[in-house]
Amino acid sequence: MTDARDSILARLRAARVDSRPEPSVPVRRFSWSRRETVERFRIGLESVRAQVHRVDDDWPRMLATRLRESKVKNLRYGPDGPLGEELRAGWPTDGPELIAHDQPIEACREALFTNTDAGFTSCLGGIAETGSLVLWPSRAEPRLLSLVPPVHVVLIEADRIVPTLHAMMSEQRWSESMPTNALLISGPSKSADIEQTLAYGVHGPEKLIVLIRGEDRPTGDRFAGQPEAID
Amino acid sequence: MTKPESILFFGTCLIDMANPEAGLAGMRLIERAGIRVRFPQGQTCCGQPAYNAGYREEARRVARLQLDVLAGDEPILVPSASCAGMMRTHYPRLFEGTPDAARAGQVAGRVVEFCDFLHRVLRIELNDLGPPIRVAVHHSCSARRQLLVADAATALLRRLANVSLVEPDHAHECCGFGGTFAIKEPEISSAMAGDKAAAVAATEVPLLVSQDWGCLLNIGGTAKQAGYAYRVKHIAEFLWERTEVAHEK
Amino acid sequence: MRSEFRLRAERSLASQRARGNIRRAMDGLILKRRAAFPDLDELERLRDQGQAIRDQALANLPELLERLERRCATNGMHVHWAEDAAEANRLILDIIRRHGGHAVLKGKSMVSEEIGLNAFLAGHDIEPIETDLGELIIQLAREHPSHIVAPAVHKDRREVAELFARHFPEEPYGEDIEHLTALARRMMRERFRATRIGLSGVNFAVAETGTLCLVENEGNGRLSTTAPDVHIAITGIEKVIARLEDLAPLLTLLTRSATGQPITTYVNLISGPRKPNELDGPHEVHLILLDNGRSRIHADPELRATLRCIRCGACMNHCPVYHRIGGHGYGTVYPGPIGAILEPQLQGLERQGELAQASTLCGACGEVCPVRIPIPDLLNRLRFEQAQGRALRHGRRSGRERFLWRLWSLIHASPASYRRISGFVTRLRILARIRLGPWTRTRAAPRIAARSLHVLAQREGFRDD
Repeated sequence: MTDARDSILARLRAARVDSRPEPSVPVRRFSWSRRETVERFRIGLESVRAQVHRVDDDWPRMLATRLRESKVKNLRYGPDGPLGEELRAGWPTDGPELIAHDQPIEACREALFTNTDAGFTSCLGGIAETGSLVLWPSRAEPRLLSLVPPVHVVLIEADRIVPTLHAMMSEQRWSESMPTNALLISGPSKSADIEQTLAYGVHGPEKLIVLIRGEDRPTGDRFAGQPEAID
Repeated sequence: MTKPESILFFGTCLIDMANPEAGLAGMRLIERAGIRVRFPQGQTCCGQPAYNAGYREEARRVARLQLDVLAGDEPILVPSASCAGMMRTHYPRLFEGTPDAARAGQVAGRVVEFCDFLHRVLRIELNDLGPPIRVAVHHSCSARRQLLVADAATALLRRLANVSLVEPDHAHECCGFGGTFAIKEPEISSAMAGDKAAAVAATEVPLLVSQDWGCLLNIGGTAKQAGYAYRVKHIAEFLWERTEVAHEK
Repeated sequence: MRSEFRLRAERSLASQRARGNIRRAMDGLILKRRAAFPDLDELERLRDQGQAIRDQALANLPELLERLERRCATNGMHVHWAEDAAEANRLILDIIRRHGGHAVLKGKSMVSEEIGLNAFLAGHDIEPIETDLGELIIQLAREHPSHIVAPAVHKDRREVAELFARHFPEEPYGEDIEHLTALARRMMRERFRATRIGLSGVNFAVAETGTLCLVENEGNGRLSTTAPDVHIAITGIEKVIARLEDLAPLLTLLTRSATGQPITTYVNLISGPRKPNELDGPHEVHLILLDNGRSRIHADPELRATLRCIRCGACMNHCPVYHRIGGHGYGTVYPGPIGAILEPQLQGLERQGELAQASTLCGACGEVCPVRIPIPDLLNRLRFEQAQGRALRHGRRSGRERFLWRLWSLIHASPASYRRISGFVTRLRILARIRLGPWTRTRAAPRIAARSLHVLAQREGFRDD
């Protein structure tokens, strides 16, 4: 093994390379208002069939109603997650069953794969340009919670939506400490492997429900699509 | 570039042997615009066939002759985007690191594709004397992607009042000629040419025009074999015929 | 005698159904890509940036690989190096055996195709389970991917329905795409739950943070890398990039160029195995860095550009030759224009040199490449290498080709001989019989003028001086 490593590196080092300056990575900036940022985020997600709802602090009740309507029998959530307590406290007694997801996967694999209708997580933020949710799964909200159940519900605070991935990575200094797993999620699972025709709900969640909390409702302005500046 | 007093005309080997009328028409059009046209008799071929086949030494040998023959300061007019592209883009590469590098660069810088010259440099006015006709236009890949002069051909045709232009389906796609490609991979080349010829036939035009005779040799030959009714014509010949009473067919 | 490539191409050309399927799909992908880049100036700036990032990574490749190795190790991953396919396969087998695995969940990975992993594992009684819908179709059909992004692009829904009916006879038959997709989900569910080992490719490996970036739409990639106890990632050594922030423009270029999507459904950034306090994720993550000829390509300053490739497939989506013969016509793992430059370099010009000839040099590939690989120029370079190689060997056919070009150059390098020959009107007819033989099979013979332009120009008074 060491042999392969050393000989590969030796061959690469022997190559003639003209020194290259660091590429200046021009950053695409968009000067969107808060409202426009949120609106683009919503439009992006809806264009790939995510269900997006504006919510207020009564969101657990509203969510419970929605889920019940779509025949969801239970919802798994991380009780120690940022929104765990809020979800539990606001959950109506006649809502779908709430299941605390706080065991190692080895202890709940069967239940997660075969007997869970929906999973709930918080998220780190959102990206307006592409309509993406940013998740950093954690002990409190493990990786499979947003992946295995057929329905994934996410609550995002409107003020955590930024224009671009680059903006989020640099504002939050991702490069200094990446988590085990970081995810961008843009819609429910889909495939176009047959005849380039989109079909939703392949191996990941068939349904993605995004709750946006905070910020005024938009007026429905239309926006031009190009970056304001690239520098 | 401003309108020059004189130019050198590089006819290309394909036009020289297979369609000299197009070359002649091109020279007459330029001459009619008040420019002296010189045709260096020593010219042969730009060298592209060998270059594209990977035979660079052979290509250089032939290209070097053109450097000799085309010495001077006048623009070099080439009635083919493919050959013009070879000279403009690849001569500097071909002669890189050789004693001829400097003059290869000088010649390359003077090469102008025919339509580009008429359209952009001369801003030529074309008084269409021909009857109304629908015409399909084919742009070579060199015109479209290498020299970006496809628009010039279209613009010239649009100046002909009685000509209406038709764009065949999949117009952006290569006709399948590709020099030695047609010889080395004849099955694929024929399939491409067949599709292209059929797409033109579907427009039901009587005539297909292009600024590259290589493509037309391919498409036209395929169309003829397939029994399609349309003919093919080099744009230089077409422009000349439409604007000269005496030569109108 | 027709070459293997020509025979294969002929077979592909004869398959009207696959040709139609491919053509329709490619036409759609071309439109989607165009719509995804509405601002052409911005596209050109992005391409400059993509090229600069990839060039810089390749210029610092050994240092970046060492950094990646260090960071991944710090993050708790195991990093392995493999010289070639055999070594990579062996490494993977060892890891699987150490964990007593009998099956492997596979996310889509072209490198695993490159090393022939599925056949190798099957030969060692380990079942490779392709989980991507397209790859599943291909695996059931016992074929190879015909496209690097859309492996089953040559098949239509009816073919898939018939294939599924054969393999899952207990399931209801249906040709509806939603139905077929749902069927694949049901069939895979239990495998995702029960399989202990997962394997994936890598889209970008970030040296700065020791992060593996994977993009996908279906969720099978996330499942294959998250649900099992062990995740094995395999990638070519060229996939490394320096900084995390480089990901932003590269992702934009990759997904828009590939399928016209602003982003894939999932972008999965993996920076290590499950930490002691975490509740899921694999306990072990292995990264295999494969050379398999890449360091040889890297050694050549011009051909090195081949390694910029981010595997978006835009070049094949826009290639008229690919449109006609599809991926199977190439007979290589990587088809299309990128395959035509990559495969002859990976496998040698002796084996795959003809791929470099399988292009009209129309330039459509170079025009759309998100990292500006000058594919036509590199094809030309490979043809040059091939011609040089012919000079050294002395194959009968090769000798004849060389001789003809030499003869051609001598005729065209002298005005006198050119005039003599061109005056000889039958010149092209003679040549046509020797060299243009295949030309006239589907084309009327070209008309040869009675008098050359040289003669006409002189006659019309266009002077030489």
